[in-house]
Amino acid sequence: MQVYLDNNATTMCDPLVVEAMLPYFSELYGNPNSLHKFGTASHGAISKAIDQVYTAINAADSDDIIFTSCATESNNWVLQSVFTDHIVNGEKNHIVTTEVEHPSVLATCKFLEEQGVKVTYLPVNDQGTVEAHTVNSFITDKTALVSIMWASNETGMINPIAEIGEICKEKGVLFHSDAVQAVGKIPVDLQAVHVDFISFSAHKFHGPKGIGALYIKDSQALSPLLHGGEQMNGRRSGTLNVPFIVGMGLAMELATKEIEKTMAKIRAKRDHLEDELVKLSDTFVVGNRDNRTPNTILISIRGVEGEGMLWDLNNGQIGASTGSACASEDLEANTVMLAIGADNELAHTGIRLSLSRFTTDEEIEYTINHFKKAVARLRAISSSFAKQQPTKGGEVQESELH
Amino acid sequence: MAKADILGDSLWDAYSDKVTTLMNNPLHQGELFQGEVEKRGHTLIVADFGAESCGDAVRLYWEIDPETDKIIDSKFKSFGCGTAIASSDVMTELCIGKTVQEAVKITNIDVELALRDTPDVPAVPPQKMHCSVMAYDVIKKAAALYMGVEVESFEEEIIVCECARVSLGTLQEVIKLNDLKTIEEITDYTKAGGFCKSCIKPGGHEAREYYLVDILADTRREMDEEKMKAAADAQAAGGSNFEEMTLVQQIKAVDAIIDENVRQFLIMDGGDMEIIDIKKSDEYIDIYIRYLGACSSCSTSATGTLYAIESTLKEKLSSNIRVLPI
Repeated sequence: MQVYLDNNATTMCDPLVVEAMLPYFSELYGNPNSLHKFGTASHGAISKAIDQVYTAINAADSDDIIFTSCATESNNWVLQSVFTDHIVNGEKNHIVTTEVEHPSVLATCKFLEEQGVKVTYLPVNDQGTVEAHTVNSFITDKTALVSIMWASNETGMINPIAEIGEICKEKGVLFHSDAVQAVGKIPVDLQAVHVDFISFSAHKFHGPKGIGALYIKDSQALSPLLHGGEQMNGRRSGTLNVPFIVGMGLAMELATKEIEKTMAKIRAKRDHLEDELVKLSDTFVVGNRDNRTPNTILISIRGVEGEGMLWDLNNGQIGASTGSACASEDLEANTVMLAIGADNELAHTGIRLSLSRFTTDEEIEYTINHFKKAVARLRAISSSFAKQQPTKGGEVQESELH
Repeated sequence: MAKADILGDSLWDAYSDKVTTLMNNPLHQGELFQGEVEKRGHTLIVADFGAESCGDAVRLYWEIDPETDKIIDSKFKSFGCGTAIASSDVMTELCIGKTVQEAVKITNIDVELALRDTPDVPAVPPQKMHCSVMAYDVIKKAAALYMGVEVESFEEEIIVCECARVSLGTLQEVIKLNDLKTIEEITDYTKAGGFCKSCIKPGGHEAREYYLVDILADTRREMDEEKMKAAADAQAAGGSNFEEMTLVQQIKAVDAIIDENVRQFLIMDGGDMEIIDIKKSDEYIDIYIRYLGACSSCSTSATGTLYAIESTLKEKLSSNIRVLPI
């Protein structure tokens, strides 16, 4: 059996979605901006997809939802264009975000800092969420934008978006949320909360990779990131990616049409998996699961290094993820783990398991079994569980720590 | 970046079969216990290096025959990724049968070589080379404990890049000999900085005492100073390469010659001179001077004195010199 539990990284494209996309590659391939019938042949399908996307997040007809190539583009667009519109060509000079945003927000903020923008990176609490009052206290007259993720890719923890939205509305500050881990996983109702911009991406909810979108409240002004033809009313140039738009629309409908039911099913499997795994000694899961996306577990297993654990899971045909990035050049501890105030010791032991609506009970049972075996094997090797103490003087010295 | 780097390597696919095999089934994983080792009349040494909070930790066990200093058995425990476990396993394997004095010569490079499937293909991708460094560190620590000496006593030189074991002295020498100007060149010549990259500049995976960027800057500065000093020496020695000097150096050189040979006589007569400019044409190096004090009105200024100045400078600096009073 092979089990894919890395759905926060990407998901399987639903075969129904693929099927819906197929006619728009070799049959109805016209450019929708052309006047001839080849071009207009796909208009019906695009309109349907637009309806599906608006419905899925309850956007108002007065709002814009602009298709992009991915959520990274959407995030870059908001940050860079707010910079252009309100900082370069305005009186503002400050952006508020969090320490635990996705790299497409953090790296863009770092880039803007180099251009002279002041950026405040808010800390998160032991639940891995930012507190609304913290956001409130850091907004100044100079703040152009607040950018806070809806839910965390690492922990699945959900931020108080409604409260933050109210604060931003009251203070007249633009509010953007990277909703990549929220759309399709939990209800997102953009008429119930105040958000100026949200970014999301199809491949996180069983749509194709290579298409995302930016929601723009009330069709408000925001300079384009990509200039060119006048597609999507000039807001984002580039020939419309018809098959992917069709796929995204359907994927979004499938993910959200009975979202409470779907969530309950995934949550039941996730909770069972979590309950079984925390029976292992010296483990903990980040964040209260009532305030977490229903598919995510970030579990720390003392004495078991994250990449080593991934290796053993991979040997058992289980795909999971670690934030500890032993593989990367800056072999840093999981920043989210550190941000939530976890001991440094545990920051290298995080394993993220993320389910989808396609995850089966059998897969969960298999995972529980294999996970426990892997922990037992690696703890048997682990120095953290060794019994014979070092020779006097052989203990780790302060100077050796790096 | 180029075509080959667009996708990026798959980290685990770059491991040798040996790394994979030992990660899955380490041969020397386990513990040695004080009581049992003592019963056999041997000495137990247990040394730790690293910590969970750093992302990797290793504990090394040696059972040593005190008569011969020979390592009879060795085990390890490790908190780390696959390459850390495989490196630790090979490390213990390399230790067994050696004396402590021999074992202390095992480096991380030996560990990595022992993990290769074929001699010329690295066992681990560059960013994982670092995992083998801990093996080297913990061996030194165990040996120091057994021999009752400081760990530092095993280090004969300052190692800047631990992955490739390149010393400060080597780096300085290679930079100077090959006139290296960039970090990339240093990596090409020495392999330093080509692995975990911590030693390149601050902010990498671990803090280092020395960074390549600083070593490069310092060595380049030293080289520049040496060059200037060489020029100054040449000028003091009579300036055999006067024509290649910078303008400032030329002025200084001329001044030095004047000071040494001419000025005292001018001053004795209540005069002096100053250098106004030096201009180079195809044929001559024209040195423009101005007489000061009594010299400015002295009749020999344009004849005998001028001849004396010019011939001295010609002799000491360059035969192409022409002195023009203005």
